[in-house]
Amino acid sequence: MKQQIKLAGLAVLMSVAAGQAVAQEKIKVGVIVSLSGAGAVLGQQARDGFNLAVKDLGGKMGGKDVEVIVVDDELKPDVAVTKVKGLLERDKVDFVVGPIFSNILQAIHKPVIENKTFLISPNAGPSSYAGKECSPFFYVTSYQNDQIHQILGKVAQDRGYKRVYLLVPNYQAGKDSVAGFKMDFKGEVVEESYMPLGTLDFQAELSKIAALKPDAVFTFMPGGMGVNLVKQYKQAGLADRIPFLSAFTVDESTLPAQQDAAVGMFGGSNWAPNLDTAQNKKFVAAYEAAYNSVPATYAFQSYDAAMLINSAVTSLKGDLSDKTKVAAAMKRADFTSLRGGFKYSANGYPIQDFYLTKVAKRADGKYQTEIVEKVFTNYADRYAKDCVAQ
Amino acid sequence: MTLTLALVQILNGLQFGLILFLIAAGLTLVFGVMDFINLAHGVQYMVGAYFVAAFTAMTGSFLYGLALALPTALAFGLLLEVLIFRHLYDRSHLDQVLATFGVIIFLNQAVKFVWGAAPLNVPIPDALSGTIEITDGMLYPVYRLVIIAVGLAVGLALYLVVNKTRLGMLVRAGASNAAMVSALGVNIRFLFTIVFGVGAMLAGFAGAMVAPILSVEPGMGDNVLILAFVVIVIGGIGSIRGAFIAALLIGLVDTLGRFFAPTLLRVLLDPATASQTGRAIAPMLIYILMAAVLFFRPSGLFPSKQ
Repeated sequence: MKQQIKLAGLAVLMSVAAGQAVAQEKIKVGVIVSLSGAGAVLGQQARDGFNLAVKDLGGKMGGKDVEVIVVDDELKPDVAVTKVKGLLERDKVDFVVGPIFSNILQAIHKPVIENKTFLISPNAGPSSYAGKECSPFFYVTSYQNDQIHQILGKVAQDRGYKRVYLLVPNYQAGKDSVAGFKMDFKGEVVEESYMPLGTLDFQAELSKIAALKPDAVFTFMPGGMGVNLVKQYKQAGLADRIPFLSAFTVDESTLPAQQDAAVGMFGGSNWAPNLDTAQNKKFVAAYEAAYNSVPATYAFQSYDAAMLINSAVTSLKGDLSDKTKVAAAMKRADFTSLRGGFKYSANGYPIQDFYLTKVAKRADGKYQTEIVEKVFTNYADRYAKDCVAQ
Repeated sequence: MTLTLALVQILNGLQFGLILFLIAAGLTLVFGVMDFINLAHGVQYMVGAYFVAAFTAMTGSFLYGLALALPTALAFGLLLEVLIFRHLYDRSHLDQVLATFGVIIFLNQAVKFVWGAAPLNVPIPDALSGTIEITDGMLYPVYRLVIIAVGLAVGLALYLVVNKTRLGMLVRAGASNAAMVSALGVNIRFLFTIVFGVGAMLAGFAGAMVAPILSVEPGMGDNVLILAFVVIVIGGIGSIRGAFIAALLIGLVDTLGRFFAPTLLRVLLDPATASQTGRAIAPMLIYILMAAVLFFRPSGLFPSKQ
């Protein structure tokens, strides 16, 4: 904690000093993520992943020093707009990295793009900017949101599940989740339970699941809701009886709270800490040593965002004056991602492999997701075709 | 099958209602006896959960953790009373709301500072972690039955204390006319402190009991606070009996509404719409119930002030 305060103090001093220095001698990156409120853990992972990448690059990109300015969007769209305008107008950043949540992205996308500044999302990948509204200034290092739900639907179909129970929160992302799941799943949906956001006790639904005896349960319960659901699912004795397919419900940000209750539960992902590439092994070890927690996708996607920026800056030898050239360099994504193969569609969303993951307890007592099987290979999102190449 | 399921849902409603009762009991006394609106009561619930998480991690046993958490929650409640709330009793309700709201924000940030933003895990003690098979495939967690038993026991104990002891008599008297009790030579400030401490401990106890089934995280008390206020408004401010009955009523209405509303609506609508509307109607039922009770009995079911 003291270390963080020191770092924060240092960051303030640095940004004050930078304001007075000659403009654009450095590469400036603004990181806007949720560091307080319900999504704080995810934002911290993204921030730490980005900082780790900058450290691995020796604090330089294309021969120039890198300055990272981290701000907290507080998971409030209005706050995010004010903060991002500060990054653009006061700090004059070259790149904005963020945010975690799609509703924040809806708020900051326009101000950043209209300012002709590059926006790299290390997590949020809504459909809204993947089709007609795509932009050469916008890049995603995660995935298009629907794809994760689609993985589980495909798995349910491939495994021959006939009857599935769906349990999602009652808001737009929950409905998108159901739509994503149904894309490849053709069996019977015995029940669609829509829970109010912030539901903490699922016992009534769990009793219903026990009575209906479906072949599998599919759920999308981010954050604290997922922690509760997983614990209660186990406590209700369902974990050994009915397979639990989930999206954004069991990952390294929630596992420290779910622990044994989550072991054996399934998720969908574009990466896992045990993905077998040399860079990834090094990254996971370095992250754990530096921050004393197992990295989740937020950390790795943010690390990749830094490497993506570095690839563009290096190929242009640090000269960012021609935005068209920068956009072309970004789209090439000429770097080795921690996930291995990685290309961009015309809309700035990745073409990549997707996996079914499963929660496991490691020999050292920590919990992580591990890859079970590859579900999609070199898979692009379905909106990319609507993006007119710019 | 459906009958068993309905029975299980009644158990679920009962368990939810008893947790609400533990929280609302303190709130209704503090509001009724001291005429003090304490928005920070939900924070006591959160703090109780954090204490049990910390002590369980320290001692390695949930029971020891609980045994340590209860006196700590009591001490913490008394500390807040002495430092902050005591100075607010004579102020207007608006001042009380503002100040206690500030306490919520401060303590929510404080737990994040001490324990971090990530939810904490409290394991269920092994002996209580099993399930009971009611019928084929219909399992019920033992721990939830324990919550029901403990909640009923606390309810009974409170009933005895409030209705059969001298202290309880003073509390009841304080709830109906505090000035008169004070004029009769009772140290009302001391009585307030005891009531406040016990109320805080009960909320902390509720937090500690649910810690193994819910995630322990900053702000977890904010949601239950609203429901606790609904409970005391329906039950009648200052009445333990009212809080008990209203809490069970709300627990049952909420849980059974969640279960029956989508099923009933399915007769009229397609399954997806029925589920969405049904789930949206269920939380409303609580407030419709409150409105109906207030219409017929403006001071709640069992008002303590006549």
